[in-house]
Amino acid sequence: MGAKEKPKLAMYWASSCGGCEISVLNIHEHILTVDEVFDIVFFPCIADFKIKDLKSYPDGHIDVCLFNGAIRNSENEEMAHLLRKKSKILVAYGSCAYEGCIPALSNLTTKDATFDKVYLNNPSIDNPDNVIPQQVTKVAEGELTLPLFYNTVKSLDQVVNVDYYLPGCPPEPPQIWAVLQVIVGALLEGQPLPPAGAIVGAGTTALCEECEREKQEKSIDRFYRPYEVVPDPDECLLEQGLVCLGIATRAGCGALCPSVGIGCRGCYGPPEGVIDQGAKMLSAIASVMNVGDESMEEDELVDKIQEVVDTIADPAGTFYRFSMAHSILRRVKNGKGDS
Amino acid sequence: MSEQFEPVIVGFLCNWCSYRAADLAGTARIKYAPSLRPIRVMCSGRVDPQFVLKAFINGADGVLIAGCHPGECHYLNGNIKTLRRFLLLKNTLSQWGIEDERVQLQWASASEGIILAERVNKMTEEIRALGPLRWYDKVLGGNGAVPIPVKEK
Ligand code: FES
Repeated sequence: MGAKEKPKLAMYWASSCGGCEISVLNIHEHILTVDEVFDIVFFPCIADFKIKDLKSYPDGHIDVCLFNGAIRNSENEEMAHLLRKKSKILVAYGSCAYEGCIPALSNLTTKDATFDKVYLNNPSIDNPDNVIPQQVTKVAEGELTLPLFYNTVKSLDQVVNVDYYLPGCPPEPPQIWAVLQVIVGALLEGQPLPPAGAIVGAGTTALCEECEREKQEKSIDRFYRPYEVVPDPDECLLEQGLVCLGIATRAGCGALCPSVGIGCRGCYGPPEGVIDQGAKMLSAIASVMNVGDESMEEDELVDKIQEVVDTIADPAGTFYRFSMAHSILRRVKNGKGDS
Repeated sequence: MSEQFEPVIVGFLCNWCSYRAADLAGTARIKYAPSLRPIRVMCSGRVDPQFVLKAFINGADGVLIAGCHPGECHYLNGNIKTLRRFLLLKNTLSQWGIEDERVQLQWASASEGIILAERVNKMTEEIRALGPLRWYDKVLGGNGAVPIPVKEK
């Protein structure tokens, strides 16, 4: 990089909702600084860039690429490889790129079932000819192609090497700004970068550390879904029987959801030292259930506990809402002859 | 005909009762299926559900958790917590298409070598009927893309 040359920034979306792009704009007036400091060289959401522009850059041309979105299809994967090649620093930006997030919830089912729901059997669908997207379609003018839709949604680091992870759905503006400052400091003033593979823009402990609700010893008789109760404004939500993933989620957002009475959904992923957020949550929540003791007959014990366990609706979808792709097993079994 | 499928069952046995039951099964020369790969833990309550998932991704066909009978846990109620976790884990795993027979819980006191051995035999048969799990190749492979490398952290 020449003395006067600005560092180059790119941002790209793979399988995502676009909220991550908005979160970058959400850093408010700092966005002007971003524009001042960086040369934006690829950012399809906000300006007209083409893939051929990207391809024409020499390798390593981009200093920082914020990659958001999961790897849902072959195009996402191709773009991940291309951006990896063209970027010095590749950041898995947001929960989708980091750990699969909402798109990866479809790892709880199969590609065929997803297509069925989206294109065929759905009250809002009118598709009498049962048309579903094909990878190759022949028309008079020639062949039309679509990317291959994978059976399994993957995180960015499952297809390319990732330098940093910035968790959150979406990441919180102060955290984004802090991370950008570190990167700018490194690029312009030679300050040290965080160690490779680090999770940046977040804490290391569990979210409960940031949560201001009052915590007592936890003991829960049954679980409630959010519509069933009006939570007490000051007490720990989990103690009130509301599933709150705070105990198995990384701090960093400032406990925004619990502060307004909604249990943590877990979008910052697992805290330091935990591989599988869902399994950890499952473990924690089961041990605070206040049901069953040694005095009971074994059958009674099992029945009583099962009753309480069954008040947790959709445990896989709840505990793995954001981390399915990064979970130990990554997807569910399809039944016979998996593919 | 191809050879009979020999399931691999990872067993988490607590130090105070069920591991001793397994020891007793050995010293008493009780014959049982060679499918169990025992791992000694201090208490069945030490079995983090992550261990079970890790066993599966690394090739286990089944996981057996064994502990002291309720009321006899060396740490008072570790095994009650185990039972709660186990039931919630089963609810979760059923959403993952993992059959109930693949994750089992058995209480066995130090004198119940025979009970543990019988459970291993029964579980081995049940899993043999289900067939191999082979999560890594069968579930994660064949994705229309290269198989995902396992990252050990
Ligand atoms: S010591 Fe055996 S189950 Fe706790």
